[in-house]
Amino acid sequence: MAITIGVLAVQGAFSEHITALKQLGVHCIEIRKPADLASHPLDGLVLPGGESTVIGKLLRELALFEPLKDLIEAGLPVLGTCAGLILLAGQIAEDNTIHFGTMNMVARRNAYGRQLGSFQTEAEFDAGGKIPMVFIRAPYIERVGVGVDVNILARVDNHIVAARQGNMVVTSFHPELTADLTVHQYFLNLVQQKAKTCIA
Amino acid sequence: MNNRYELNKNLAQMLKGGVIMDVTTAEQARIAQEAGACAVMALERIPADIRSAGGVSRMSDPKMIKSIQAAVSIPVMAKVRIGHFAEAQILEAIEIDYIDESEVLSPADDTYHIDKTGFSVPFVCGAKDLGEALRRISEGASMIRTKGEPGTGDVVQAVRHMRLINQQIRTIQNTRADELYQVAKDLQVPYELVQLVNETGKLPVVNFAAGGIATPADAALMMQLGAEGVFVGSGIFKSGNPAKRAQAIVKAVTNYNDAQLLAELSEDLGEAMVGINEQEIDLLMAQRGI
Repeated sequence: MAITIGVLAVQGAFSEHITALKQLGVHCIEIRKPADLASHPLDGLVLPGGESTVIGKLLRELALFEPLKDLIEAGLPVLGTCAGLILLAGQIAEDNTIHFGTMNMVARRNAYGRQLGSFQTEAEFDAGGKIPMVFIRAPYIERVGVGVDVNILARVDNHIVAARQGNMVVTSFHPELTADLTVHQYFLNLVQQKAKTCIA
Repeated sequence: MNNRYELNKNLAQMLKGGVIMDVTTAEQARIAQEAGACAVMALERIPADIRSAGGVSRMSDPKMIKSIQAAVSIPVMAKVRIGHFAEAQILEAIEIDYIDESEVLSPADDTYHIDKTGFSVPFVCGAKDLGEALRRISEGASMIRTKGEPGTGDVVQAVRHMRLINQQIRTIQNTRADELYQVAKDLQVPYELVQLVNETGKLPVVNFAAGGIATPADAALMMQLGAEGVFVGSGIFKSGNPAKRAQAIVKAVTNYNDAQLLAELSEDLGEAMVGINEQEIDLLMAQRGI
């Protein structure tokens, strides 16, 4: 069964996610307007990196916000990278903005400062070995909620940079900018598990 | 190429599908961010005013740039004169997110561009054709834009540059491997970059449209011609209703193939900037620094 993943394509580095997912044999649909959601049932959703202020605004103005929020709340597997993490965060430090707000965590925007603070490193992901991680004006997760099931998948310098809650996976780095497909494969496993339970 | 260069190319990738807007005050920067700009270009005078004021045009006051950095959370860019590496050092010192080595300002050097490989902050440079684009990349630019005539509201040059660059790329893609050496010689660029274009069929960095973009239709035109995003300079804050026009251009860049939506976005935007036809201007800024 071919997996179909919608990639939010209103702004940012969405084509890089599509390239990575295609290498894993996934069919991708660019989501730019509500009609794109109706074109094919989705098995998963990717919220890419870009500018979260721009993406958050376009989601609302292009009438994508409510339908996507409904899908996420209904359990559609979603991968949010960088700006995508900000969209899913239940709270943003020193900022009253909340977008989907479906993940129980506090995220900090531009946590490493301006472009001069951008960096690349290697760190453990989901205790499965080290992977390359590229941080571009990146956020990190200050803390995850107490008493809820949020798994911490990666830390860099004691800051949380990847986490999972239910069917939602977020990274503050950009797996789509490196040749390493570990994070996309991790997400795809989740999508396939979800697809199986739905059929059963 | 080092790690810092990759990170700088990566930032440009995050700006794709977005609109970078010229702003001259913190207030304008907030309006731009609110309207959906993916970055702002901080400068003292927008190109239309630089053109009418005449005289030497330089890097902006760092204090003004810092006030804009404090006002918004999106990346802040600023311009330096072609070849003026000291202005670039100053902008790096205030941690600018991107430097535009720009023909819009008066060139400081009529022979040499800045050696951008010596900097940690990223640079965007203008190009009229593939040779210029690859020369700037070999000097360390991590993003390219067309050199469309700024401050005119006339999109003709941006169209010319975008079409030419993409035509030249398509030609190189279909060129035999043993002929690429001559291509490199003709374009006056390193062979390795020509080889890369031959293999990938695109520039090794993100390419935006700039110069003369004044309407949602202009933005959609440039995106359909292959731009990965747009710079809008005088087009927004020289128009009747900046916030509304800015928002419309942002949405036009996202849905550049949706004519129905573009029709809605083009309605009732108020007065566009007056504009000057390219034949009516004395100073062609695109000729600066080739």
